[in-house]
Amino acid sequence: METLTYAYDNLDLIAERAIEHVSIVAVAVSIAVVTAVPIGIAITQSKRVADAVLYLASMMITVPSIALFGLMIPLLSPFGHGIGYVPAVIAIILYSQLPIIRNTYAAIADVDPALREAGIGMGMSSSQRLRQVEIPLAIPVIMAGVRTAAVMNIGVTAIAAYIGAGGLGEFISRGISQSDPRQLITGAVAVSLLAIAVDLLLALVQKLLTSKGLSIGAAA
Amino acid sequence: MNGASAERAWRGRPRPSAGAGRPVRTSRTAALPWLLLAAAVGAWCLSSDMPAEILSYREDIIFLGRQHIELVCWAGSLAILTGLPVGAILSRPAFRRTSEFILQIFNLGTTIPTLAILALSMTILGIGIVPSIFGLWAATLLPIVRNTFTGLRSVPAPLKEAARGMGMTASQVFWRVELPNALFIIFGGIRTALAICVGTAPLAFLIGAGGLGELIFTGIALYDLPMMLAGAISTALLAVLTDFLVGRLQYYLVPRGINPLR
Amino acid sequence: MIRLEHLTKVFGAPGSGVTAVNDVNFEVPAGEICVLLGPSGCGKTTTMKMINRLIEPTGGKVYIDGRDTDMIDPIQLRRSIGYVIQQIGLFPNKTVAENICVVPDLLGWDRKKSRARAAELLEMVAMEPASFMERYPKELSGGQQQRVGVIRALAADPPVMLMDEPFGALDPINREVIQDEFLRMQETLRKTIIFVSHDLDEAVKMADKIAIFRAGRLEQFSTPDRLLANPATPFIETFLGSDRTLKRLRLLRVAEAMLAEVDVVRREDPVEKAGELMRAKGYPAVLMLEPDGRPGGVVSGDVISGGQASARSGTCGDHAEPIRAAVPVEADLHSTVALMFTHDMPIMPCVDEDGQFQGAVTYRSIIKSLSIPETPA
Repeated sequence: METLTYAYDNLDLIAERAIEHVSIVAVAVSIAVVTAVPIGIAITQSKRVADAVLYLASMMITVPSIALFGLMIPLLSPFGHGIGYVPAVIAIILYSQLPIIRNTYAAIADVDPALREAGIGMGMSSSQRLRQVEIPLAIPVIMAGVRTAAVMNIGVTAIAAYIGAGGLGEFISRGISQSDPRQLITGAVAVSLLAIAVDLLLALVQKLLTSKGLSIGAAA
Repeated sequence: MNGASAERAWRGRPRPSAGAGRPVRTSRTAALPWLLLAAAVGAWCLSSDMPAEILSYREDIIFLGRQHIELVCWAGSLAILTGLPVGAILSRPAFRRTSEFILQIFNLGTTIPTLAILALSMTILGIGIVPSIFGLWAATLLPIVRNTFTGLRSVPAPLKEAARGMGMTASQVFWRVELPNALFIIFGGIRTALAICVGTAPLAFLIGAGGLGELIFTGIALYDLPMMLAGAISTALLAVLTDFLVGRLQYYLVPRGINPLR
Repeated sequence: MIRLEHLTKVFGAPGSGVTAVNDVNFEVPAGEICVLLGPSGCGKTTTMKMINRLIEPTGGKVYIDGRDTDMIDPIQLRRSIGYVIQQIGLFPNKTVAENICVVPDLLGWDRKKSRARAAELLEMVAMEPASFMERYPKELSGGQQQRVGVIRALAADPPVMLMDEPFGALDPINREVIQDEFLRMQETLRKTIIFVSHDLDEAVKMADKIAIFRAGRLEQFSTPDRLLANPATPFIETFLGSDRTLKRLRLLRVAEAMLAEVDVVRREDPVEKAGELMRAKGYPAVLMLEPDGRPGGVVSGDVISGGQASARSGTCGDHAEPIRAAVPVEADLHSTVALMFTHDMPIMPCVDEDGQFQGAVTYRSIIKSLSIPETPA
């Protein structure tokens, strides 16, 4: 009850921090899409390169986020951004690479060879095949990767409050340090709801971007 | 929807249950990134006195590292011990109707950030080791349950039918046919889960359970770089090492006939 | 017209590589279907794919309508050749209309023109354009998908088509239906078609020419009938099977085996006359015509040679058994023989579409018609 009162009294602050939170994730995941999707497409050309890139990306994601924040402090301090918004965004970009690269790679590599052959046989150039056939077919899986990345990084951003990046994690960190369950619960619930909301929203986007011809079979 | 949700809460490693997932081969290609890393570390060691300062935290690293590993072991083994049976029970035909619903809830659960789980655990159980283990357990449990469930469910029906047709009892079908064939996917879940567990363990410091997180958070708060790096580097190495070991276990323990990595 | 000259493909390093296609030469006249036939790995698909340069030849030339295909940009070349593959390869993200219009769109046709063309093609395969244009491939049955796959290749009206086991994925019944439909279309379209198949029956049915491959070499190139009558090598003979003569029956029409000048009896003729005809002409039985010119009965040899005294007297009408079957002159000999076996009829009357008697076939006349053709293929 106390928590509800606290939350109600601080709606403005919750909204402000939620926007902060979302903006970090949105900016970083958008940048990650721009880097990871082309990488995922490019590595379909060579199994060896693909293995190496995916291995690197999967090692990256194994590093706990707070450790990654820590490791970036000495690297970014010379530029005056040891803590705060910049390392948070960079960490999320790094973490987002694996799910997006891996899904893009797998989806493009999994395109039915018959479709590729049909495309070549009818005289499509490789960029025409990519645009007209391969990417439209891969979109649902690529979007699933984006979704994974976004949801995962809402959690990472919560921890980024400890390096001064703001966001809803601020409630949790203050709740812990001030032993204030009201802030603690408010933060935990808000960040959870945010993650669920983003997940559902991106599921919707995924559905909208998927060609109708592909979703028919999935529904049937 | 299911394919997409199986993609969620991905932490670290290929999971065969994820439709698009492809095994990432660790051999051969592993050398290059490691060499680069070694070169970078070497250059840094020669150019700075930071390594010596970090090593001055050796005793703290060992003490807190042991705490850290204990937390992970407790939470991880409890999660495996509970997650496997729950996943197996949910996969039984008797739960056909309810399991999809329960799995949906679980999928929703995996979107909840681990920091939030720990925070909620603290509000219920207070501070200390027990709430930490509980929080880590909760965060670790879901991938195990989900992969156990999907692994057992995705055993091809003809295999089960053949087994029944040869006169196996329901429990024989489970132990001799379903479980072995689901093993790779189940192991994938355990691997993901342990990666989450190790990754979340540094946060346990925040609710009073110690561990390597103590060096990182204190180091950040005091802007003590060597202390912070002592924690960050050892946490990162521990996470990479754990994942590597579980990966090897998965490689060797899952029989070749059903192991896409071999 | 398609002409292959010394076409060769070696996979792997020259010298140590595997020769998939070895010095293949043949020419398909415009408007004909040439089936490339052979066991898997014989080089037939590789040969076909060198025509639209999906596989680049190691040596030799391909000419289409006299033009050396090496001189044409491969992308442009492929857009000018219809291509149908076994897996159909309809793009699931595109509607039926978009799929059909892939090549016209690549060629930059006006949208209205290409959509009108799609509708026209759908009508040609009896798929209602209004209800199918905007559907997606997943909403079609297997047979419908296959039809769309074929008309997609026809969209830009290419003079030449390559078809790689185009009906292989269909069940036997649907396959027959689509084969027949395709042959009907081909009668008006007159495309020059290279058709890869491993199914002898399909090849015999579809082909104007059959090219048999073995281990990368062209073993024989001839019309289906000559191939079945005259296998060039023991390998081909084995490949065609011990029943190749029966397969030839499908290619022959009743008219080719029919005895037009066959003697018949009337109902009122004495049965003695039937006996005399059998002895004199060697007929296994004698047909009896009704006054209106339809075959009405048959006096069998048993009646005559049987010892009964009663059999030696009376009219043909008294002794004739009713006719159990008759075949139209345009029927194929395969079904005719089947009827003769089924009804135990050593002589089969042949009729025109009004049921008027035209002649008869006997086992002997059929065997004569199967004798090896004298004219070169």
